[in-house]
Amino acid sequence: MTGEGIRQAILDIIEEIVPDEDLSSVDPEKPFRDQIDLDSMDFLDIVMELRKRYSVEVPEQDYPRLLSMSSTVDYLLPKMESL
Amino acid sequence: MRYDTVIIGAGLSGLAAGARMAHYGKKILILERHYRIGGLSSFYRAGGIDVDVGLHAVTNYNPSGPKSAPMARLLRRLRIRLEDLELFPQVESRITFPSATLRFANDPELLPTQVEEVFPGQGENFRKLARLVDDLYSRDFESGPASARAIVSSIITEPLLVEMLFCPLMFYGCPQEDDMDFRQFALIFLSVYNEGMARPRLGIRPLLELLESRFQASGGELRTRCGVSRVEVEGGKARAVITDKGERIECDFVLSSAGLVETAGICPEVVAQGASEPEPGRMSFIESIHALDTPASDCGHGFSLNFYSDDDKFIYRAPDEPVNTKSGVICLTGNFAYDKPVEKELLRHTQMADPFFWAGLEKGEYKEAKANWQKRSDNALFSKVPGLAEHSQFVDMFTPATIKKFTGHINGAVYGAPVKIKDGVTPVENLFICGTDQGYLGIVGSMVSGVGIANWHLLK
Repeated sequence: MTGEGIRQAILDIIEEIVPDEDLSSVDPEKPFRDQIDLDSMDFLDIVMELRKRYSVEVPEQDYPRLLSMSSTVDYLLPKMESL
Repeated sequence: MRYDTVIIGAGLSGLAAGARMAHYGKKILILERHYRIGGLSSFYRAGGIDVDVGLHAVTNYNPSGPKSAPMARLLRRLRIRLEDLELFPQVESRITFPSATLRFANDPELLPTQVEEVFPGQGENFRKLARLVDDLYSRDFESGPASARAIVSSIITEPLLVEMLFCPLMFYGCPQEDDMDFRQFALIFLSVYNEGMARPRLGIRPLLELLESRFQASGGELRTRCGVSRVEVEGGKARAVITDKGERIECDFVLSSAGLVETAGICPEVVAQGASEPEPGRMSFIESIHALDTPASDCGHGFSLNFYSDDDKFIYRAPDEPVNTKSGVICLTGNFAYDKPVEKELLRHTQMADPFFWAGLEKGEYKEAKANWQKRSDNALFSKVPGLAEHSQFVDMFTPATIKKFTGHINGAVYGAPVKIKDGVTPVENLFICGTDQGYLGIVGSMVSGVGIANWHLLK
């Protein structure tokens, strides 16, 4: 999977969890939480969807790396590029 | 076959927990003793229609509220949209006591305005109480148990108003007699007075079927007519459940929605060594359901719900008589703002009943008592809604014994035991409690309970 593919995968997951949010203008450099109304359970659901859909494990100590879209893609790329 | 989790009971909490865990790939089996799913919020067929057993209205209805509201959060966890529930808001409800009447609706401003009008000078006190409730909610109810009557009476200085505010909240979710835990009070206060109520036009069945189909589509297995007679515990851990038919099913976790005391009946190890046996609840009800041949609003009755007491002091306890006919809840299922009319408008009437009386009768005595108390209860009902008696096409009544028979809840105690286990944890390290004895209430609360326990303990 490419960085672009991962970005789309993340957007698909967020859209499933919070279908009412407008994701078209998410700034990749800004924290998700400043742009989308996500609580801690929504966030945990994103992690669990990654496991369900792509068998990617995100250990708890790495959660801070999922701060923004670009940091998330950077973090996931080595885990997902072979998919 | 080994399961990640076996869930005891296919009520709303068990189904919601199952749907969420199956979605995330867990191998889940739900075992339900009854032939129908739903538990305390099930339905049955009578007169050619679906009749709900528990549902009057769905509380926590807050369509334009914040995303942090209980219903909104729950729906995100279950990937259900509010539109899928097809809820229609109440028109207006009432609290009717001999010396005063208060109206409330989904507009949260109506009740404080009414309080100020009917009890001059109490409006500010009511707002103070509402702020205290809000504050408790925002701190996630982290404080310990406290007497709601003591707290509310220290803020609201008009005793009649205290009684009136307690009446709907106790009827809609108080497991203990006379008083309630302030956290429980706050939870119901928010869900009924602040957020509001609505009804699915077709009752509870579509929601149950939605959860069931989601669960099964994710690979979950559901067996009805399959009760659990024992949970096998070894070294403080549940190893397997044994069904009524004697089948042994192994699992890593057990999630029981049967109730705490009921779970102790199949798994004595959930009571800590040296601890006293948990007390079952005693609060149960009879409910009469009349099918009307004409809209109640055409007969001058436009309310959605009426919570009444014939005495200015509201008594909430298991009555000395079989039924306490001096107070009750009347629900007119037609008086919600539907997009199209309901197929059959129902008049539902709930009154407190003595579970021990109803449990102790032989078959013939039971039938006779039911007919007798049905008549007395109807007399109380139709004095509140004059003109509707002649429009009742058929009536059906259930008692605490009916609730016990179909849900297994001891004493037909629909709100469970007085003591709640907020985190669902028991002395059996991999057995958790969800449902009515975890402490959440109503349709939304029961699903919140199942989802919460799944998140905290079973989806790690």
